[in-house]
Amino acid sequence: MASKMINLTIDNNKVQVPEGTTVLKAAKSIGVNVPNLCFHEDLSIYGACRLCVVEIEKHPRLEPSCATLAEEGMVVKTNSTRVRKARRMIVELLLANHPEDCLTCDRNQICELRKIAHDLGIRKLRFEKGRKYDYALDESSPSIVRDPNKCIQCGRCIRVCSEVQAVGAIDFVDRGGRTQVLTFLNKGLDNVECTNCGQCILVCPTGALREKTAVDDVWAAIDDPKKFVVVQTAPAVRAAIGEDFGMPAGSLVTGKMTSSLRRLGFDKIFDTQFAADLTIMEEGHELIGRVTNKGVLPMITSCSPGWIKYVEHFFPECLAHISSCKSPQQMFGAVAKTYYADKIGIKPEDMYVVSIMPCTAKKFEAERPEMNDSGVIDVDAVLTTREAARMIQEAGIDFTNMPDEDFDKPLGISTGAATIFGASGGVMEAALRTAYEVITSKTLEKVEFEQVRGMDGLKTATVDVDGLELKVAVANGLANAKVLLEQIAKGESPYHFIEIMACPGGCLGGGGQPIPTNLEIRKKRAAALYREDEGMPIRKSHENPAITAIYEEFLEKPLGEKSHHLLHTSYTKRERY
Amino acid sequence: MKVILKNIEKEGYDGSIASYISEGGYEALKIALKKTPEDILSELKKSKLVGRGGAAFPTGMKWEFARNSKETPKYVVCNADEGEPGTFKDRLILENDPHMLIEAMAIAGFTVGASQGFIYIRGEYFKAYDVLTAAIEDAVKNNCLGNNILGSDFSFNISLYRGAGAYVCGEETALLDSLEGKKGQSRVKPPFPTFVGYQNKPTVLNNVETLSNVPQIILNGGDWYSKIGSADCPGTKLYCLSGDVKKPGVYELPTGITLKELIDTYGGGVDGKLKAVLPGGVSSSFLAADQLDVKMDYPSLQKAGSMLGSAAVMVVNDTHCMVDLAKRCTEFFDYESCGKCTPCREGTKRAREIFINMSQAAGEATDIALLKELQDVMYDTSRCGLGQAAMNAAGSAMDKFPSEFEKHITKKNCELGICPMEKV
Ligand SMILES: Cc1cc2nc3c(=O)[nH]c(=O)nc-3n(C[C@H](O)[C@H](O)[C@H](O)COP(=O)(O)O)c2cc1C
Ligand code: SF4
Ligand code: SF4
Ligand code: SF4
Ligand code: SF4
Repeated sequence: MASKMINLTIDNNKVQVPEGTTVLKAAKSIGVNVPNLCFHEDLSIYGACRLCVVEIEKHPRLEPSCATLAEEGMVVKTNSTRVRKARRMIVELLLANHPEDCLTCDRNQICELRKIAHDLGIRKLRFEKGRKYDYALDESSPSIVRDPNKCIQCGRCIRVCSEVQAVGAIDFVDRGGRTQVLTFLNKGLDNVECTNCGQCILVCPTGALREKTAVDDVWAAIDDPKKFVVVQTAPAVRAAIGEDFGMPAGSLVTGKMTSSLRRLGFDKIFDTQFAADLTIMEEGHELIGRVTNKGVLPMITSCSPGWIKYVEHFFPECLAHISSCKSPQQMFGAVAKTYYADKIGIKPEDMYVVSIMPCTAKKFEAERPEMNDSGVIDVDAVLTTREAARMIQEAGIDFTNMPDEDFDKPLGISTGAATIFGASGGVMEAALRTAYEVITSKTLEKVEFEQVRGMDGLKTATVDVDGLELKVAVANGLANAKVLLEQIAKGESPYHFIEIMACPGGCLGGGGQPIPTNLEIRKKRAAALYREDEGMPIRKSHENPAITAIYEEFLEKPLGEKSHHLLHTSYTKRERY
Repeated sequence: MKVILKNIEKEGYDGSIASYISEGGYEALKIALKKTPEDILSELKKSKLVGRGGAAFPTGMKWEFARNSKETPKYVVCNADEGEPGTFKDRLILENDPHMLIEAMAIAGFTVGASQGFIYIRGEYFKAYDVLTAAIEDAVKNNCLGNNILGSDFSFNISLYRGAGAYVCGEETALLDSLEGKKGQSRVKPPFPTFVGYQNKPTVLNNVETLSNVPQIILNGGDWYSKIGSADCPGTKLYCLSGDVKKPGVYELPTGITLKELIDTYGGGVDGKLKAVLPGGVSSSFLAADQLDVKMDYPSLQKAGSMLGSAAVMVVNDTHCMVDLAKRCTEFFDYESCGKCTPCREGTKRAREIFINMSQAAGEATDIALLKELQDVMYDTSRCGLGQAAMNAAGSAMDKFPSEFEKHITKKNCELGICPMEKV
């Protein structure tokens, strides 16, 4: 049934919107973007920054358009003298607290506050004599830095952390002008349940949240003649990094990314997708083993380090369900510093492995104490997509006009199955492509498993593997994962295999991706990845010739002794606060 | 004419259930239980009673909204947070005639269809808390609360909840959040509590004094009540007179009384020479000494550019510096702002700083215009009443006593010698 339509007038235009539409959205439908800061389309309505106020006839005061529903006959003005005066004052008040740091600020080009201040024509600060904040930075986390001095208390980070991620690591503390966003007892992000997912960074309108940067470490390694520096790039990076160079969302820039990285001076440009194919071999066999030997089911994927830290804090009783496979990033590091180092005759300690990831949690993961199976730390430095783009910018490389180049061999060889790891449902689909063929020894006619694709937070499917009804589920966003975990904890999970990604939409929506990241953009990045998969000559992990080679030359067999040592790991129960 | 203090002002009255009943207490509840909720609503509407907590919303209409809300269960909440400085009227009732409130809440429960009530009581009111605890117990023992009240099939219970000392928790939606165990911050309105209140269920939320009128309205009828005091805002009102008056205290008087009568006839006159009056606490605007003929009811004070609020009438004599008072009022709001919305969180902070600067000889010529603009925007955009009203007192001080501000800013002079006029 079509919903009831509401007629109203906005800025002298007649507007018709479905009942339940906010004035903010109604204005947008006629091309008016009412400025706002605490509003975010993925989050609940908060109505606190007051920047989106509009004048509504017969209302005594201005009303926040984000929190006001359109009503029949309403007459709205979004751009009256009264509204402009209020908006400017509100921005001036926010700036009165704010460090005048734009020149050196991480957010400089993409800061919502800076843009609004510019657009509203704020050219003078009338509260300049006022006190600014003087808070210490929270640098406890290996992934995320919080600068409370740039915080405008919009609460977006708090809402994404509790509503989308079901973590609740941060909240408002104290009141009035003393209000701060803090972790429990101000322990710091590293000492609470924070999963390092970085979703808070993506939604923050200012530079109050950013990744802990590794750019200078990487420059130093590149410049160090004694280091052989290899770089790996995660699947989701190639579908997003172009955005940081002004290209439209959904631009697939694998070749430009490869050539740009080569110009930066990396010795070898490799692909995390190689390790993704390796993950499928190991994880696929682990699943087959658990199903045939009545092991612990459902088995859950382990490639998302934000998800891993979440389960360690919140559902430690479910750790036996997690695949023992390391994430592709860590498999790559361990293999690069053993198999490949040996092949080219250099010592693991002389090799420096850099990863470029859509993810902030991968920084934390690389520092986990168990991640040094090559004898030294397996992955030396992790850059987010944004940091990699910044290095390319710093080096003055004209990214958009770079030629397409290929990855280096052998650790740059991969399949379409590995590409789709970057999208929610992709690991599941890749695993099904391989598991089906390994179990049945038949060729899969149709490699696409559409039921597990798409942006829904929870997806389920039943797959017929030659008579075996394999029940699978896919969750992205930790609040969705929680639903599946609660089923498991109660012993009521009907599934054999579950894929979980901490970030909405999967890695393509990761906390290290270009800003903004939103539903529309996530969809476009996913489409790019599926496009890439379709165009790949090989689309099943077990058909990757480099994978066949590594098993023949080095690992012997999936789940073999070397695999066990290099490619698998264990988990730690963590506290709740 | 006493409606609320009629028992309290009687010699020997001790507020126990026995003395309450001997004064005709719980008769109204008995009568109400035999009526239909619609009859009660109609009496209440006839009485023209409006809320005494500050917003002056018609009580009958509020109860009717809650009654007509489809969701269940429903709740009755009494706002006994009384946080407005200079207000101490609810405390008088809570400590000395608790059963009047209990009876009123039971009637409210019966009318709207609620079986659970809460009293949200200011944290510092220790005695009132103890008195109410005992009174609720006695009411249950006497079947005036609990199951099948007074032999009817209506059941109603009351729980006490202590506030944690934040002024903003007196704002109804912040109060509800606090009652639910959350940080006390206002909610987005609409929806109003009568539709989405405690635990998101329909909730009638009333001030102590508002509720205390109800038993007498049931006993004597709405028409009787509507003939007391001002015609368009009838009834009696508890005025909390404080500041520079000879006899400060709580006075129950018909709403039509003028400010002059209140101060002179009941308060024993001004102590010293009158300068200004805040008729409704720090959230209201100053009246000047030539405005004493204003009637002390909601519409009249609004017309005079101020408000009655909770009727904390603060009298100011000519020994006070208006810059100092403006500074102190904004200090209060800066401290009490919940911090959720930008104009109030940041605005109170900056207003306070500017007044401090003025008092320390660092005021600037542009300050007044900036503060006036800030006042407009805070009124126009703040999320709840705290921020909307936070600049009323300071703004009206600037309007009514411009030369005092002017002298502080340009001459760097506080003639009364109250402001330090140097950096401290
Ligand atoms: C900042 C602020 C503080 C308030 N404090 C109180 C209070 O202490 N007691 C009270 O009854 N109402 C207070 N109110 C008014 C309540 O929000 C609400 O209007 C009132 O309790 C409703 O009851 P009534 O209709 O019986 O007046 C306050 C309002 C604001 C904005
Ligand atoms: S957060 Fe934005 S406004 Fe603040 S310093 Fe950074 S760029 Fe400038
Ligand atoms: S990184 Fe993720 S878990 Fe940590 S505070 Fe941010 S949103 Fe919450
Ligand atoms: S850290 Fe960023 S997202 Fe969080 S409240 Fe502050 S400004 Fe908003
Ligand atoms: S007006 Fe003040 S007290 Fe009210 S919500 Fe805003 S910050 Fe909080």
